Order: sequence, then structure tokens, then C-alpha cells
Amino acid sequence: MNRINSPEELEELRKAIIQKRVFERPCITVCSGTGCHAYGCEKVTKAFLDEVNRKNLREKVHIRTTGCHGFCEQGPIVVIHPEGIFYRRVKVEDVQEIVSETIIAKRVIDRLLYVDSNTGKKVMYEKDVPFYKKQQRIIFGNNGLIDPKNIDDYLAVGGYKALSKVLSGLTPEGTIDIIKQSGLRGRGGAGFPTGRKWELVRKQKGDGKHIICNADEGDPGAYMDRSLLEGNPHSVIEGMIIGAYAIGAKSGWVYVRKEYPLAVENIQIAIDQAREYGLLSKDILGSGCNFNIRIVKGAGAFVAGEETALMFSIEGKRGVPRQRPPFPAQKGLWGEPTNINNVETWANVPKIIEKGSDWFASIGTKTSKGTKIFSLVGKVRNTGLVEVPMGTTLQEVVFDIGGGAPDGKKVKAVHIGGPSGGCIPQELFHLPVDYESLTGAGAIMGSGGMIVMDEDTCMVDIAKYFANFLQDESCGKCVPCREGTQRMFQILADITEGKGKEEDLQLLEELGNVIKATSLCGLGQTAPNGVLSSIKYFKDEYFAHIRDKKCPAGVCKPLIKYTIDAEKCIGCGLCKKNCPADATVGELKEPHSIIQDRCIKCGICRDVCKCDAVTIS
Amino acid sequence: MPKIIIDGIDFEAQEGWTILDVAKFLGIEIPTLCYHEGLSPWGGCRLCLVEIHEGENTKLVTSCTYPLQEGLVVRTATKRVVWARNLILELMIAQCPTSKVLQDLAAKMGLERVRFKPKWEDCIYCGLCVRICEEQMMAKAIGFVDRGNKLKITTPFDKASEECRRCGACLYICPACTLRCEGPEPENVLCGRCYNELQPTCLDFYDNYTCWMGLKGECGTCIREKPEEKQEV
Repeated sequence: MNRINSPEELEELRKAIIQKRVFERPCITVCSGTGCHAYGCEKVTKAFLDEVNRKNLREKVHIRTTGCHGFCEQGPIVVIHPEGIFYRRVKVEDVQEIVSETIIAKRVIDRLLYVDSNTGKKVMYEKDVPFYKKQQRIIFGNNGLIDPKNIDDYLAVGGYKALSKVLSGLTPEGTIDIIKQSGLRGRGGAGFPTGRKWELVRKQKGDGKHIICNADEGDPGAYMDRSLLEGNPHSVIEGMIIGAYAIGAKSGWVYVRKEYPLAVENIQIAIDQAREYGLLSKDILGSGCNFNIRIVKGAGAFVAGEETALMFSIEGKRGVPRQRPPFPAQKGLWGEPTNINNVETWANVPKIIEKGSDWFASIGTKTSKGTKIFSLVGKVRNTGLVEVPMGTTLQEVVFDIGGGAPDGKKVKAVHIGGPSGGCIPQELFHLPVDYESLTGAGAIMGSGGMIVMDEDTCMVDIAKYFANFLQDESCGKCVPCREGTQRMFQILADITEGKGKEEDLQLLEELGNVIKATSLCGLGQTAPNGVLSSIKYFKDEYFAHIRDKKCPAGVCKPLIKYTIDAEKCIGCGLCKKNCPADATVGELKEPHSIIQDRCIKCGICRDVCKCDAVTIS
Repeated sequence: MPKIIIDGIDFEAQEGWTILDVAKFLGIEIPTLCYHEGLSPWGGCRLCLVEIHEGENTKLVTSCTYPLQEGLVVRTATKRVVWARNLILELMIAQCPTSKVLQDLAAKMGLERVRFKPKWEDCIYCGLCVRICEEQMMAKAIGFVDRGNKLKITTPFDKASEECRRCGACLYICPACTLRCEGPEPENVLCGRCYNELQPTCLDFYDNYTCWMGLKGECGTCIREKPEEKQEV
């Protein structure tokens, strides 16, 4: 690779890359995002390579591993270009057939196509899959087209165009103005206007300014930052270089969790490649702007995603938050002005520069602009990563894109914003997703985790789960967060065990409000959201636990009892065979029964029963 | 020099002062625990909370760490402040009911009940010992380990530290090491409430001469009158 010295040279290189790719050879793209990895996409990729080599098609077919396509439910996903034929759940055994049928004979394999669960029709092309139809994938769109390990792929889809536009024609102030006018707000959760943040740092005196990319994503069930770094790391790097130019920073940091090995690997490769092209070095594209990025691997503490704790962690100290002000913009990393943004925020920057602030401001609502990536998980049919314009209603996200709950169950609520977020009941699904309305409903945007819950989910149990997570992840520095979260968990645990008292609810609310008002950092200030919102919307479930000692959803073990309906039981003996505690007794072909003293309430008997004879009461 | 309003008093503060510095200068009392004049502010115990700003945007912040800005409006004892302080102290006492410092604060602030199960722990993680060891003794022999519900203060790897000179500064400054007087009911989470700077040990009975507060047991610390004397009469 040769160093690129000017915007003109960059354009020449781009042309050369595109020209090389012009002749239309079929391209098999295999998704290698996190979800597909779990399904075994690596083996599929290897099988494709072997198969293509075996048939001597190496020169005629291109195989590319791409970033996450978002539809993780259906992984491993294989898309055949240029047609865009969409195969899902591809196994190693299918590879031979795909090559011989689709690539050589140009025939579509019916059984690998996606079936629309509403209409029952098979969908041939990726663009027609209903999961993608309501989405607007401006950040994620390129994920499925490029190989994250190859900078040329990114250049081919117009990468680093925004950077050369900034460096060749815009002043730092002008760049900040564009970001300000676009209305971009921080995607890490708090929603602070990005342009204003940049301006604050720009105005600070001193040479040693820093910018940080916060990739310490730790919410259970959220993985959009991870997928961006894994799937399109150059978009983040490009955003950071533009930010560095606008702010006047010389050093950049990517703080990423060590638990994301693929993200660390891909961003490292991307940084190395950008360095070789001279995009991360001294005198970038001949503009005189110097910038370099280093990676810091976090040890996986949730609180290290808080900006002041994150900076301490980079400095090699204990990851514990401190009082703001002084804000990082005034005194950040090693006491120098620092600008810190989330992965998704950085990835938005090149798009805004390239297409203009008006274009960006036209998407979304009055106060929240652009799109937001959510990880849609839980009791929903189409789990995966969805990117929708701000202001899309929850109804659309959960039902139109997510397809509702599986097995015809009723969706009860959706938990937004991870452990710091709150739940929103089905009655409020008309709410648009933007910063203000989510906060108003008692949840937060957070980094964008969306956990769907159906009628089989106990809201007290969920609140307990998140309280447990937080009492473990609180740094322990300030009393309300450390002690308060432990007490919340304790009270909730008592309630789920049938030991709750009426006053507990009031105490929980008071405790929650104090933790919210007095905690040192964002973790504590948002920690009670989950508990408070579940009390607000699902008070009857709490009362059922406390007054009637019952768990309506049948989740809280001390409050439920498994029994076998003698009329329905056919005496097949499956439950008896599978019971780990020898609690199920009965003769073959005779109704069985459960000895309650022995029952450990694991629910296996209910899962294996073929005639729905096992009931929870 | 920033001009601020604290509890209705216009005040021109010194550069670099915190809200707590101003309050101390003016003689406004704000309870503190993890704060110490000789150490860097920590902001962990949250007892020194005050309410800043006016109108709907008021915020609770710790006065020991909050730097002054021009025009800042501070109120040190609003209803909200007192409510929050009390619950935080309640949390702390439930964690370590044996600490005299905490019990004194509770008596002073009028904490009446503790609704949480007492944990009877020995440490309240205020970090005073860690800071005095590092900042005044220049030893850094102890530090925080782990986080959240597993947090503890100890030497590296729980082994006797080579840096430790057994100076005892950590013991000296620890607010939990000074035990409360047990009184007649040591199992009570809140002690008998005889807060006094001199604090002699309470008796388990009183008469006109032996009650050092001259309260004849009104404070509720001692439980019964002196029985023997009555019998003699």
C-alpha cells in the first residue's frame, strides 16, 4: 500500500479500486457478525472457499465475509450478489448446493429462502425481507457490503470521502457548524448535542487535546456498538479523524471491552490499514492535520462506560467516576480537554458531512435527529439489530419489524436502555422512540438495548434481575448507589420469595428517588429506573406477589407450584423420566403426580409434556 | 473571584473554593463524613449534599467536591436535602450500626428509624484510610478491591504489605473503628441517642445525680430507675 498524500490521490485510488471490481463476477457474502459467529458462520465460509477451490471457480467467484446484517435470528446469513439473493440459516451441508445451483446454474434454492411469517410467502431478495423494509439503515447499510478487514472495500463504497471534503474545504469551525446544524445528539444515552460538545472542547486552550471513542458497551442484550466496530470500523475511524480536525486533537483513543475480541481485532486491523494509507498519521492527506488512534482494552466493568471512570481507566487508575464539573471538556484525560463520544455517534459524523446537515436534520423528530440502532432481543420473533429513524413508534419496532412475540403470546412490555433503563407497557407503544418521550415514560434511550417481554415474563423478577446486575456493577464509591442498589435487590428478592410487605413498595419508591437524586454518576442516577417504572406500570403484579403470594407469570419459584392435570395426563412417563429430582411419580398409562416436597420447580416436566398436562399454579 | 448566594447570603468566595469551604467560612453547618481537611475531597458518603440552582432545575450535589461558579445559588438545608441526607444515613447505619460517628450523626440529624435489615459490617468504605495512607503517609499500602457488593479495602492480594509502616493513621481516621457505646440495648440498630461532645458512658439506670444529662432518662438511653434505692425506702 502506498501512502495517500492528497484528496486527489484518494479519489484516484478509489477509482482504481472500483474499476478493478467492475466486471460482474458473482459475490457470495457471508455475514460474520456476532450472531452469525455463534451459529457457526466461520465453518460455512471455509466450506465455501473449499467448494469454490474444488470446482476451480476461484477466479470467477468472489467470497467475502461481511459485517453484521442485523437479522441475527436467521443466521448464518448468506447473500449472493449482484442479485441480492438472501439465504438464511445456511449450514455447511448447504454450501455445495448453493455453489452448484445458484452460482453455476443460476437457480434459487427454495428451502433456504426466508418465509414471511405473516403472509407465508417466500422472499427471494434481501431488500424485500419485511424485517428490513421499515428500517432506514444509514449507519448499518454498508455493513453487509464490505469486508471489515479490508479498507479497499470501505473506499469502494465511498469511504473517507467525507474526510477529504473536510480537509480540503472546511475550517474546523465550519465542520462543527455542520454537526451543530444537523442536530446530532450523543448516541451513548444521555443525548447531549454533539456539535456543542465539540465546540466546548475546541474553545479550550492548550495543544494536548484528546478524543475518545466510547465502545465500552455493557448492557445485557445490547450489541450494536460491537457490531459497528466489527462490521464497519472505518466509519468510526473516519468520524474520529473528522472530529479530531474540528476539535484540534492530536491523540485519539478507542476504549473497547476485552470481551469483544472480534471488535478489538477488526478495529486494530482498520487502524493499521488507515495508518498505511497515511490517513492516521502526520499531515493527513496533505492538510497538515496530525492524528493518531490507540486502542485501550477495558477489563469489563460496566461503570467504566461512564466517561470520567473511563478516562481514569485509560490513565491506568481504578475505573471510578468523579464529580463533574469539571467536565471532560475542561479537564479530561490527564487533565487535558477531552471529547468523548459513543461509537454510533462517531459513525454518524461522516454521513452528515457527506450528505449535509439538512439531509440529516430531515430524518427524525423535532428534537431527535437521524436514526438510532436498537438491538431488539427477548421474546420477539425477529431478534437482531434494527436501525430506524428517530420517532418511529415502539409499535412499529416491536410488531412490524420484530414480528411480535413468538408462539402467539401477547407482548406485555419492552425494556429500553439496559439496566439503567425502564420498561414501557404495551399500552404506551404508540410512543415515538426519541430522547424526550422515552425519558418522560420513565425509561431512557440508553445505548439502545430493547428487550421485549411477553406474558410469561414476571416484571418483579425482571426488576430483580437488573437490580442484581447493578448491585454487582456499581463501583461502590458513593453510598446511595452501592448500598441503595443492594437494598433494592434485597427488597425485591424478598418480594419474589413471598416475604414482601406492603410498606416495601413505598420504601422502594423512596429509595429509588433518593438514589436517582443523589448518586455521583450516571450509573446510580439511572439505576432505579427499572424498579420505579415497573412499580409505576405494573403495580398489580407487585401486589399479587405481596398480598396474594402469587406470581401471575409463573416465574418466581417460591410462589409457584407444578401440578399434573390427571384428566389430561396420558401416563407416557416422559416427565418422570426427565425429572432431575425424582419428584414425578406414577405408573405407565396411569395419570402421574408431583411430590411437592421434592419438586425443585425446574419446569422440565412442563417443557417435555406433550399433552399440556403440567400446569403452574 | 466567584460571587455566589448561599442560603440567601451574598458571598464573594476565594478562587478554587468548594461550596463546603464557603459554608465552613460562614459557619453554616453541613454534616460530613468522608471529608477531611487534610485530604483530597472524595464525594462518596453524600452526606454533605446541598441543593444548587433555582426553579425546576435544582440539583443535589456534594458540597465537598463542587467547585464554585459565578452566580451559583446554593441552599444547604432544604426539605429535599434533609430527606436525602436522612435516607443515606439510614443506609449507612444499616450497614454499620456499631460506628459511633454514624450514631452521633443520626442523633444530631434526628434519624428516627432504620427500615433496612442491619448488616453489622465493619467498614463503610468512606475511603478516608486509603486517602490518608496515600496522601499523608505516602505509603499507598491499602486500596479498594473489587466493586459493588464485593467492594473491600485491603492490602494488595490480602497479604501483609511491605509499604505499611504500621503507623496507624488508617485506624486514627476511621469513622467506623470508634465503636458506639453499647448502652442497655446493643442489638438495636440505633443507639440510645445521648449525643454529646463529651459523651461519657451511659448507665443502665438513672437517678437525679447519676444522669449526666440531667434528663432523668428522658433521652431513652437508660431503661429503668435505680431499683435498689426504692427497695431500701
